[in-house]
Amino acid sequence: MDKNQVRIDDFETRRKHLENLTDDELKALFWRLADQAVQPLVELAKTHTSPSIERSVLLRMGFSSVEAKIIVDKTIEHHLMGKGAGHVVYQYATLEVLPIREAGLALMRGEGWDKVMKAFGVNVHEAQ
Amino acid sequence: MKPNEMIDINNILNDLEHYVPRRQGWTWRVPMPNIEMNGYVYQDLSQPLANSVPLPAAKYFNGIDPQPKQVITTEIASGRFEDDIRRMRMAAWHGADHIMVIRTAGQSHFDSLIEGTPQGIGGVPISRKQIRAQRKALDMIEDEVGRPINYHSYVSGVAGPEIAVLFAEEGVNGAHQDPQYNVLYRNINMVRSFIDAAESKKIMNHAKILQIDGAHNANATAKEAWKVMPELLVQHAINCAFSEYAGIQADHIALSTVPPTAAPAPDLKINLPYAVALRDFFDRYKMRAQMNTKYMESSTREATVTHVMNMMISKLTSADIQSTITPDEGRNVPWHMYNVEACDTAKQALVGMDSLSELVTIRTDGYMYDKVREIKERAILFFEELLEQGGYFQAVEKGFFIDSGIYPQRNGDGIVRKINGGIGHGTIYERDHDYFAPVTAHFGNNNTIQYNIKEGQSPSVLIGGCSFEDRSKIQYIDELDMEDNVNVRMELTQKYRTGDIIKPEVEWLGDGTLVVDITLPTDVRHAEAAALEIGAKMNLKNVEIIHREILHPAEATRIQLKGQFDFDIDVKNLKLSKIPDTLSDAEISDFFKDHPIKIVAGTIGEDEHSVGLREIIDIKHGGIEKYGIMAEYLGTSVPPAKLVDAAIEINAKAILMSTIISHDEIHYRNMKKVVDYAIEKGVRNRLIIIAGGTQVTPDIASAQGVDAGFGRGTKGRDVASFLVKRMKEMMIHEN
Repeated sequence: MDKNQVRIDDFETRRKHLENLTDDELKALFWRLADQAVQPLVELAKTHTSPSIERSVLLRMGFSSVEAKIIVDKTIEHHLMGKGAGHVVYQYATLEVLPIREAGLALMRGEGWDKVMKAFGVNVHEAQ
Repeated sequence: MKPNEMIDINNILNDLEHYVPRRQGWTWRVPMPNIEMNGYVYQDLSQPLANSVPLPAAKYFNGIDPQPKQVITTEIASGRFEDDIRRMRMAAWHGADHIMVIRTAGQSHFDSLIEGTPQGIGGVPISRKQIRAQRKALDMIEDEVGRPINYHSYVSGVAGPEIAVLFAEEGVNGAHQDPQYNVLYRNINMVRSFIDAAESKKIMNHAKILQIDGAHNANATAKEAWKVMPELLVQHAINCAFSEYAGIQADHIALSTVPPTAAPAPDLKINLPYAVALRDFFDRYKMRAQMNTKYMESSTREATVTHVMNMMISKLTSADIQSTITPDEGRNVPWHMYNVEACDTAKQALVGMDSLSELVTIRTDGYMYDKVREIKERAILFFEELLEQGGYFQAVEKGFFIDSGIYPQRNGDGIVRKINGGIGHGTIYERDHDYFAPVTAHFGNNNTIQYNIKEGQSPSVLIGGCSFEDRSKIQYIDELDMEDNVNVRMELTQKYRTGDIIKPEVEWLGDGTLVVDITLPTDVRHAEAAALEIGAKMNLKNVEIIHREILHPAEATRIQLKGQFDFDIDVKNLKLSKIPDTLSDAEISDFFKDHPIKIVAGTIGEDEHSVGLREIIDIKHGGIEKYGIMAEYLGTSVPPAKLVDAAIEINAKAILMSTIISHDEIHYRNMKKVVDYAIEKGVRNRLIIIAGGTQVTPDIASAQGVDAGFGRGTKGRDVASFLVKRMKEMMIHEN
């Protein structure tokens, strides 16, 4: 038990500012507060990605779960998550004029990462 | 698929690689207000089924099987998905149209998709092959029962977005998705959980998958379940609001709500105001009424009563989906018959409470108003302090959630998670300005302008469409583990799959498990020891006590034990009871027109039951009188000799004796008395003696010397058919 977090029920004093609200006002307030609570979480989600999100992108691009995992692991190794793993595959396919699957499978084998990094302007030596 | 044949699992597994699910998205039942069945007008029903098993009492109501308007959920996941398919079919026939598959222990922490069909523990490893097989089977089953079946599992853990893609591609119709579940119960990093959740939700929306949240777990986890009521409102709101920002439409967001407490607490007094407060605040969303599981122990009866009480709340307030928790869940991973029982419990309770809103209303004053208002205010105060603390993450760090105090009371025993902790901590990456993903249904910043993607166009056009537009891009993996897969398991149970060899079963084909229900005249400790001994003497293996109940501390204890019956039963060597060959009404009537007879009837012994025999005789119940048979009804508690004497007196052709009380085999002894007295009087050869009753076994009755015995479910036509056949035999003898 965390003693700092123990508190007796002070509902009656705490609720004073709610006392005169109508039921509709109460409901509107509840949803305003909910909105305020989730806004920063939504913002965080818009501006960040994760290995699972990138694997889900690769699945949709036509890779198996096994392939997607390896490509994302290598994307992390090469500090390219900020670009998106799907983007990495798309970039390499464009550079080498390859079908998407072939480009992804080559990257999976460890081929082409230098070219991709260069195309994205990421410093190869610093990254490695 | 034929109703009288087992579903062919091999056929389902065959050519799965090319199976395409027939639809995406959730389906509701079709409401049928004012539908009339058997003369009753119902308000709250949906379209009837083409094939189903009605409630046991339906035989007294012309076999009707009214289907409530609520979608009915059942959770099926024994660890072997191939055997679960058979249970899904059983459940569908009993009214389930939302089949939820629990995941195997540990899948939440599996950092990718699981492929193939390994066996699960406490659930099923959710994989593409497993989902596709079950969806394919459900497509067949829904055709058989005549109602769409929603298939459901979980989009959570550290592979949420990938699972969401898999579900969208494979036609999964419903899913749990709530990042708070990851944080609180799976200790997955909170930042990662919310970032992943937004992507998952966006994908789910694309496939019109109905989302169910995870707030009900707070109730099951908290030390004093009902005290988390204010917090439950907060948890529901966080997921609902976040989901809408991620793109899910309000009508595809369902709250998983549980009545927080159960008897012996004053169930309705606490649960009803909570249910009303919740529905007031969340009227834009769907309600999935979950059952209280917090206090579930090994008594299936107790769990069932709690669930019926819960459904009273569903009916008094609202429920779009009525969940059914299996009443054996407190003692084992659910078994076949309990899924079926739970579905029947829901159907029976909901249909029984049809039109409840026309009969009663919930009060909106006094105690009800005060409590509803108090719960709402407490929830608002929770939100206010959450924001004061810096937001959701900070509140979780300070143990705000699952505290056993009723907020603002706090007992300091909430679940504490760290922003910089948990599984998956340190695995999120900020998107660069040129971040890009060339796929459909991707949430958040996606720099499509750099590739000249037009407004409203999916970035997947750059790759000729993603798997959401072009299924041929889906990579199907069959198996990764050559030892642990469905083919190996099927091989081991192959002999049971043809139906020629059978064995008792509770969850897996050939598991051999059975339950013995024993009452012993002693205390619990001795009863337990004695029961184990009995199990051993019955040749059962792995005997285990699964339930104990004190009937009296000294007089008796009830024990339920499970064990394995390790023998095969060869169907071709079974001695089957004869199927009564019933004649048509016309054949029977014609016969008695030419050969009119009288019969005497009565309930024998010290027995006051009359309903069963009246139904066999009375014309208004379709009894034998309608064929022109003259019946002399002597009433109840008729002495055996009186029946025979009356038959002689009116020159009756037959005696119909009813016998309900079966204590100490009195019913069979009375049959013998009638037969013996008829012999003594020299009339046995010209009298047809028939015995009937709920506890009568035809073969045992015959052994007492009667011409025929009829058990439970007998109709007048069965008895009349027998009379015709017996009389024809007697006529041949006489000639």
